[in-house]
Amino acid sequence: MTYLVLNRLSKRYGETTAVQELSLSVNRGEFISLLGPSGCGKTTTLQMIAGFVEPTGGSIVLDGRDVSRVPANKRGLGLVFQNYALFPHMTVAENVSFGLEMQRVKKDEREARVADALKLVGLSHLADRHPAQMSGGQQQRVALARALVIRPSVLLLDEPLSNLDAKLREEMQLELRSIQRTIGTTTILVTHDQSEALALSDRIVVMNQGRVEQVAEPFQAYEGPASHFVGGFLGKANVFTPQAEQYENETRARIGEAHIPMGGAAVPQGSVIVRPEKILFSEPAACALPGRMKTRVFQGNHWLCQVDTSVGEVMVIRQNDGVPVPAEGETVHLRWRAQDMCEVASAPRGSAS
Amino acid sequence: MSTRTNPWVLSAPALVVYATFLVVPMALVFLISFFDFQFYGGMQATFTWKNYFEIFSDGYYYEIYARTFGVAAAVTVACLILGTAEAYVLSRMANPWKGLFLMVVLGPLLISVVVRTLGWALLFGSTGLISKVLMGIGLASTPVDLMYSNLGVGIALTHVLVPFMVISVWASLQRINPATEAAALSLGASQFTVIRRVIVPQVMPGILSGAIMVFAMAASSFATPAIIGGRRLKNVATAAYDEFLNTLNWPLGAALAVVLLLATVVVLLSANRIIERKYGAVFNQAGG
Repeated sequence: MTYLVLNRLSKRYGETTAVQELSLSVNRGEFISLLGPSGCGKTTTLQMIAGFVEPTGGSIVLDGRDVSRVPANKRGLGLVFQNYALFPHMTVAENVSFGLEMQRVKKDEREARVADALKLVGLSHLADRHPAQMSGGQQQRVALARALVIRPSVLLLDEPLSNLDAKLREEMQLELRSIQRTIGTTTILVTHDQSEALALSDRIVVMNQGRVEQVAEPFQAYEGPASHFVGGFLGKANVFTPQAEQYENETRARIGEAHIPMGGAAVPQGSVIVRPEKILFSEPAACALPGRMKTRVFQGNHWLCQVDTSVGEVMVIRQNDGVPVPAEGETVHLRWRAQDMCEVASAPRGSAS
Repeated sequence: MSTRTNPWVLSAPALVVYATFLVVPMALVFLISFFDFQFYGGMQATFTWKNYFEIFSDGYYYEIYARTFGVAAAVTVACLILGTAEAYVLSRMANPWKGLFLMVVLGPLLISVVVRTLGWALLFGSTGLISKVLMGIGLASTPVDLMYSNLGVGIALTHVLVPFMVISVWASLQRINPATEAAALSLGASQFTVIRRVIVPQVMPGILSGAIMVFAMAASSFATPAIIGGRRLKNVATAAYDEFLNTLNWPLGAALAVVLLLATVVVLLSANRIIERKYGAVFNQAGG
């Protein structure tokens, strides 16, 4: 059931276009991520939904009502900021209680709801602390409780985890997901961290230069990127340009020295993306691409390898199965299945990496 | 040089300057306040509480102190309201205007207090601009003479001192996280509530230090009360000046100054204590 609709939403600052005709339908209870590099318009989009930036075109429809011109303090949305934005002069409980006071909720109910919200984020014991006496992770939990306690129609998260260190960030990701599942609030997350978007969302909106590149479920977006940009931004990607060839009634794709049987399928037009973890080291074969191991980096649960081939550098990720991968300088042969080649539209645009 | 003497040696020049220009004169004033004064014999280097006794027993001095602190308190409140509002509006301005208006606010500091006060004197007289405008628009039926009135002194002092408040609050405003304002709005607060419950408490350290500066300077101001208040409305500074230079009763003038200093310190310390208790969290955070 569609709950929030962005309809050809645009924002221009003079000559520059921050967001261009963005259209998106969000279902009730859905967790959506806006993912993209800095300057792609994701934060501007969030601020337009929140009501801090006025769109220059298009509309925002929330639960059937056009809210494009409704001021921020009348929209009833919950916001969590990258730098927490807690009120430093109030205790944790006062921070959480603020939104309820604005709604003129009675004192008894207010206290009960504040206690519930703090329990939800696991901070009941710190209700009387001031934000300055808390760690970053705890402050972000308070910010989350403060946004959720008003029972917002939509929860907006603006890079909420990017100020936390890596380990804490992973913990908070899990917690954020389980809290969102528990209370079922429609959530929009802005992030530049692809693993965060993959881990948390029901659907990912990949944005680049003010435009939507792809809207898809995480697995689908990763396995079948719609563009070079998406392929490069969501994880690592090797890009090849296969040539079609016929060999004994069989269609094969030629990439460098490798001749890959397509098994009846057509050879993709233009370029293809092959994820590094889909590539195997094999014996020399007609279907394998020979190369020389340039570097290999051991990362505990996997190896990260760079292999020099006739079609350029190829990145390979091998899970650590207890047997070391070939040493640097050794000749290796790379192979992958025909179906691991994902066709992507058009030539590279933007700066994917 | 040992590491223990090093700090003393290095700070010696500053200590010498500080001692020569601040500690010694203050100590001398304090000392003189206990001297005796004879109309025909001049100053006598003895020890007496006579001057303090005179100040605390004469209603004339009570009136002077009451006027001084009353005007200083009113000026502080006026500067607090005007200066905080001014600093907030300035901080919300876009960039070319921000710099320009900050210059406009601070510009008066470049002009001598005496010159500025004489300018006010021209406006304040019964035939001055203010009086004429008030009569012209029908708000007053008789000429309004603000010269030699507490209100006139207060207005002129507020004008002189408001930039200090603006600078102080401005510095505090720069340190607050602008997202807290957005957060409060998103929680349904009106703009007025945001200012009252989120902005003002956070800039309380700036408001307090600005208020301390303004109060101390207003209580010890000399030029403005001397010109606008004249001899009829003496404050402590002008009274002390008269004792020193007209009556030549230095001991009494010194005693007036010492009482002013002590009273100001007491007022400021208690205000500080009350506000720090109320807004402790902000101060603790600002302190580290």
